[in-house]
Amino acid sequence: MAIKTEPITINMGPQHPSTHGVFRLRVTFDGEVVVDVEPVFGYLHRGTEKLAEERTYVQIVTLTDRLDYTASMSNNLAYVRSVEKLGGIEVPERAQYLRVICAELQRIASHFVSIGFMLQELGAFGTPLMYCFRERERILDLFEMLCGARITLSYMRPGGLIQDAPEDFWPALGILMESMPEYIDDLEGLVTSNEIVLARTRDVGIISPELAVNGSVTGPMLRASGVQWDLRKANPYEVYDRLEFDVPIGYQGDTYDRYLVRVQEMRESVRIIEQCIKQIPGGAIQSEAPFFVRPPVGDVYDAIEAPKGELGFYLVSDGGISPYRCKIRAPSFINLTVLRDMLVGWKLADLVVIFGSTDVVLGEVDR
Amino acid sequence: MYGLGMVRGMGVTFKNLVLPSRQFAVQYPNRKISLFELAKENDTDVVSFAINNPVQAIKALAGFVEVPVRLPQHSRFRGEEFTWYEQRCTGCASCAKFCPLGIIKIVTDTSGKYEQDGGKYDIEVFDIDIGRCMFCGLCVQACPYDALHMGSGFEEGVYRRDDLVIDVERLKAAPKKPSTWYRPQIESQNFDPQSDDMREYLDVGRHERPSQDQQVDRWAKR
Ligand code: SF4
Ligand code: SF4
Repeated sequence: MAIKTEPITINMGPQHPSTHGVFRLRVTFDGEVVVDVEPVFGYLHRGTEKLAEERTYVQIVTLTDRLDYTASMSNNLAYVRSVEKLGGIEVPERAQYLRVICAELQRIASHFVSIGFMLQELGAFGTPLMYCFRERERILDLFEMLCGARITLSYMRPGGLIQDAPEDFWPALGILMESMPEYIDDLEGLVTSNEIVLARTRDVGIISPELAVNGSVTGPMLRASGVQWDLRKANPYEVYDRLEFDVPIGYQGDTYDRYLVRVQEMRESVRIIEQCIKQIPGGAIQSEAPFFVRPPVGDVYDAIEAPKGELGFYLVSDGGISPYRCKIRAPSFINLTVLRDMLVGWKLADLVVIFGSTDVVLGEVDR
Repeated sequence: MYGLGMVRGMGVTFKNLVLPSRQFAVQYPNRKISLFELAKENDTDVVSFAINNPVQAIKALAGFVEVPVRLPQHSRFRGEEFTWYEQRCTGCASCAKFCPLGIIKIVTDTSGKYEQDGGKYDIEVFDIDIGRCMFCGLCVQACPYDALHMGSGFEEGVYRRDDLVIDVERLKAAPKKPSTWYRPQIESQNFDPQSDDMREYLDVGRHERPSQDQQVDRWAKR
């Protein structure tokens, strides 16, 4: 006997413990099954792109910290690379290596946050998250050595870095990189073969490769679907062409693969940093770029592989000390284009987990 | 076999429970200390300490004696309570101009009453509204005379927003504990803002102080 049901629409968010920030999902359920999803965002809109139009090029670096606040270094890097391309500013080699080290450290930290919160939403309340945060804390300690801050770093400047690493940074980095594989093993021992995690994440929230490519999905989400696309390989910036690393990809594109790809990427990042420590030359860390950068008239787009995907800045210069237009291509925002296709057909409990596995950061979505 | 993954997970938990290298918890801001530690801090042994300070000893046994703990902090830590040297500051307001938020307010007296001493302006207002500050450090980077430095504290709790505005009197009176962020000349002196105090304004500059002869050479023989 079939029970007659009616679809019901409920709001998840904006104040909901599992939406990673102020994000609202208007979900229509039939019983327990999702039939329609409509994301509503803008609650965290701070007008970053507009604010950038009235700041100087160096001052905008502080704005970029606040886009994806779990990966400030990568945001800094993407922005200063655009300015350098626009103004034709050279960067010394030592600065390039240090930037790669910073970006990879940040990738590890950001993936820790993303994995921790995904497990938190699975119901593993607290414990795996605390394991992840414990290791992330050590990376933040390194950032504190470099630039005095832990989250809002503002470490990079057009033309290099603000300051060279202190002497005690290198031994500390070496110790961390030695112990990091063991910590990742710990995390994997907790999670990877856990039956509950497997039952809840395998074959859940599948993105097919075609859908991922058509939806402009980038980053670990795209690679989990089996598409080999990484800007570090496809368009090597900084010194990535001199470093040896693999790009892990998944088979299925389900939630579990997205987790696995992130774990493997952390291992690859450790490999990259170890090579950088060996190869880094001496010398200056800042080229002679003025405080008031005045790029020639023109426009430029430059993108890097941030922890969440392709993070790009489109800058238009009118020859003044601040950009005429600054457009940010935020990976979290564009990865949400496939949200509906991922969620429809799954149950309410899966919705939270699938949404968590997209690694969305609302600071970047709303800008 | 079903359940093996969970056993593995429990193994990791147990490893982290017992291995001393995995213990990271810090009791902040105060830490309870035992009678042994208390006696050690007073440079005596337990017995004589207990005889001389019976009340303290009983308190320690009951777990009521606490000592403050400071977390390890790098000297580059960009903190609150800006350090400012009035002897170095010329009132040029570069810091105010470079601040992305425009929260530094500087008023200088241009009446010329100090013209005899080399035309130095008198700084009447120097307000930093750290309630809106994001501690980006651009003002410190901009200061051409190394007068302004980031502070090193982080425990600024007040009841009113107005109390977060640091004015010139407070800047003058504040303990001089500059952070070494963007100040390699302080970092090279192995200065630790947590334990030391940098009172001497001549030490924080990035330039050598010119000697009398050099000044005469530069300014008088033209
Ligand atoms: S630290 Fe940044 S926000 Fe704060 S006063 Fe200085 S320039 Fe302004
Ligand atoms: S603190 Fe530095 S930048 Fe600010 S007014 Fe004084 S000398 Fe000028």
